[in-house]
Amino acid sequence: MVTTISSTGTDRYVGTAHSRVDGPAKVTGLAKYAGEFAAPDLAHGYVVSGGIAKGRITAIETAEAEAVPGVIKVFTHENRPRTAWLDYNYRDAVAPPGSPFRALYDDVIHYSGQPVALVVAEDFETARHAASLVKVAYAAEVPATDVDAQAEFAYDPPKKRAGIKPPPQPWGDATAAYEAAPVKLSNDYRLAVEHHNPMEPHASTVVWDGNGRITVYDKIQGVSNSQGYIAAVFGMKKDEVRVLNPYLGGGFGIGLRPQYQLFLAVMAARDLERSVRVTLTRDQMFTFGYRPDVRQRVSLGADAAGNLQSLRHDALSGTSRFEDYQEVVVNWSAILYDCDNVALSYKLAQIDTYTPADMRAPGAVTGVLALEIAMDKLAYATGQDPVALRLANYSERDRTEGKPFGSKALRACYAQGAERFGWERRNPKPRSMTEGRELVGWGMATGVWEALMQQSSAQATLTSDGKLVVGNSTGDIGTGTYTILTQIAAEVLGLPMEDVTTKLGDTDLAEAPVAGGSWTAASSGTAVMKACRKIAADVFAMARAMDDSPLANVDFDRVVFEGGRIAVAGDPSRSVSLVDAMTAGAVDKVEATESAGPDSGHAKEFAAYTHSAIFVEVKIDEDLGQVRVTRVVSAIAAGKIINPKTARSQILGGVVMGIGSALEEESMLDHTIGRFMNHNLGEYHVPVNADIQNLDVIFVEEEDKANPMGVKGLGEIGIVGTAAAIANAVFHATGKRIRDLPITVDKLID
Amino acid sequence: MLIDSGSPRAMETVGISLTINGEVRTLEVAPWTTLLDLLRERLDLTGTKKGCDHGQCGACTVLVDGKRINSCLALAVMKDGATVTTIEGLTEAGTLHPLQAAFVEHDAFQCGYCTPGQICSAAGMIAEGHARSRDEIREAMSGNICRCGAYTNIVDAIEDVMQSGAAR
Repeated sequence: MVTTISSTGTDRYVGTAHSRVDGPAKVTGLAKYAGEFAAPDLAHGYVVSGGIAKGRITAIETAEAEAVPGVIKVFTHENRPRTAWLDYNYRDAVAPPGSPFRALYDDVIHYSGQPVALVVAEDFETARHAASLVKVAYAAEVPATDVDAQAEFAYDPPKKRAGIKPPPQPWGDATAAYEAAPVKLSNDYRLAVEHHNPMEPHASTVVWDGNGRITVYDKIQGVSNSQGYIAAVFGMKKDEVRVLNPYLGGGFGIGLRPQYQLFLAVMAARDLERSVRVTLTRDQMFTFGYRPDVRQRVSLGADAAGNLQSLRHDALSGTSRFEDYQEVVVNWSAILYDCDNVALSYKLAQIDTYTPADMRAPGAVTGVLALEIAMDKLAYATGQDPVALRLANYSERDRTEGKPFGSKALRACYAQGAERFGWERRNPKPRSMTEGRELVGWGMATGVWEALMQQSSAQATLTSDGKLVVGNSTGDIGTGTYTILTQIAAEVLGLPMEDVTTKLGDTDLAEAPVAGGSWTAASSGTAVMKACRKIAADVFAMARAMDDSPLANVDFDRVVFEGGRIAVAGDPSRSVSLVDAMTAGAVDKVEATESAGPDSGHAKEFAAYTHSAIFVEVKIDEDLGQVRVTRVVSAIAAGKIINPKTARSQILGGVVMGIGSALEEESMLDHTIGRFMNHNLGEYHVPVNADIQNLDVIFVEEEDKANPMGVKGLGEIGIVGTAAAIANAVFHATGKRIRDLPITVDKLID
Repeated sequence: MLIDSGSPRAMETVGISLTINGEVRTLEVAPWTTLLDLLRERLDLTGTKKGCDHGQCGACTVLVDGKRINSCLALAVMKDGATVTTIEGLTEAGTLHPLQAAFVEHDAFQCGYCTPGQICSAAGMIAEGHARSRDEIREAMSGNICRCGAYTNIVDAIEDVMQSGAAR
């Protein structure tokens, strides 16, 4: 049976394509982002970034900056207002274990680009100019930013990060099985450090409301996290801090944690008792989280037919000196493939940078890249077709937790993806396919991500004009949350979508977590559905209590909500409009707030994952070393699809970022000075329009019971495995096996 | 930092006149104010976005005398007398410009931050008249980064408008 939301048993809005309800606001420029909200008497803050990666500030000279007309104040560690003493107070809702970075806290420099001063002025240009006049002297120490050089100090993180499963205990004997295996492959892999680079730079506008109260517009993937952070750091009550962020100009994980511009803007606003905005520059977007530098080794032992006999996946990840950032890198290998001898390890090494941050499919992008290139190597080593090899090692259960999958349509993804792509026409021999003077390569890979749900609440209000407003505090980070929640609410109450408004990104709304981990559709979707069902029940009670009610003696489970009316199922002539029921009930509105969380009973029995099969065509001009990705087919199994239009866009976006990861994106650290050198969009290359050609998305729907909506989430799965499929296609085209990504020109030209 | 200010003094302003979205504006601006900052900070036309402030991302694209430019790379004083159209000016009497409608229809954006720049750039590109094929559209639109990766939908939307001949 297919999961439906509607009381009629047939969904009208859920499962069909709808344009974004926030589309008109975004295409007309009326959608406002955090750094765009106006406030009377607004002052502008500009951050001065530190010039060394490690050491101390010995002197900081601000007089010249302060003398510039229009400058209001220059904040440094020497004059900053008092904030919370214990570093515990700076830990936000998704912080990894450790002591969070505190801007302007003292004279210690922890990493390159660390904020060392905030110049606040009457206008932006004056603040920017004055910031250039702040002079800082340092006692510099030699930074260590090379993860390889720190490998001897690697450690198991003593405190595990909430929500991040550490590697499972080994099973079987991976070492002995590897030694005994007829086919052995053991290689190192690396994916370059990447920066999220959302198009909207981080910004916070803090509106001084008087009497110590503030309204904050913050670039964040969930305003409740910023509110909690501000309250704890500045010793404020939550009702003194309202945080809003109706639109987010790209997150990809870097908007999960409150960043330093928020701290600085709130600090300045409270000190000056005045509204303050702080917007970071593009180069300052390289001065906090990034996808960590992870050194990996994958060792596969197999029989001559490619059946895995030993699987070992070891990872060493860089983290900062002050926090133990952790993500799931190696577990995916044992989730995707069935092997009786498995050993997985994940260790950290500290370097003198900021703490890494979750970046789209954190850990999976990195770990699955290594695994899926290794599997392609195994296919060639054993003479197997890459798809057949994966099917031969297909796992029916998550052996890391000893549970069957609640649903797993990966076989159908392989089949449908291969068919759409034309995989059967592939000549497996490297360098065998050409077109004109270009080499053609066809490669494939698998993707996997966990289907998550978080405790969330949502509210709904139906007014006597028949209009419904639903919402909560989570953010729509471009994923389409406004639209799918509108669809769900309209479905439950049988209202046209035009009569439903969704509000998000406001701490005055029901509390919900940050939008991340691909959990928002399941979490907020279920909470909205429950709140609307509560309203349905309440209005039904009013309808049934009406004099001579057509619904008298009818039970709730025998009525349907359709076209703004409650009707007896199968007998539309017996119906009452929602508006009439509310009039009879003498109410002008019906409100409900409901919360929803993961089904722990189901989770105990079943594992929940999204899967994908990605097929890629590349064309390569060998003289120039230029790789063009000409075709991608991405077949996705992610449970129920609420809105095929926005869902497809989620996958397209993941694939595009995967292409960037495979061929372009690389934050280059100069280890002698501990600094990311290419901190701008001219030198940190992300895909542009000319880099992207034909992308095809297939959704293989699954019936899953991990949550009442039957959804699994789509934000991450599109990127996972994409880079591996490209690397495998590059091998097929050229015979060159590149295990150090991105695959740039230098790696292809001999 | 390299800038030597000499003796601090208030920045003197210069009088300019701009026609912005059909309205003549007489303004006093500082010489160091970019067209982008003028639009966003002074005139509350925040539809034009700042993504990099270095002409590398295209989020700030507006039409100046009908041509698409990066407004972050233009000082406002250099554009005295010019006609400026921003994303807010493409909508006429509450009716979406064909490109705006096509972007919604083709889901040619996700977070929406690059979108005003993409649409203004597309309007400028169509007026240039050079791009005819999808490949040429891709090439001509490559100055506008979309980190959400909506490129294929952006090309679909633009192609749709070009084929219908609806663009002005």
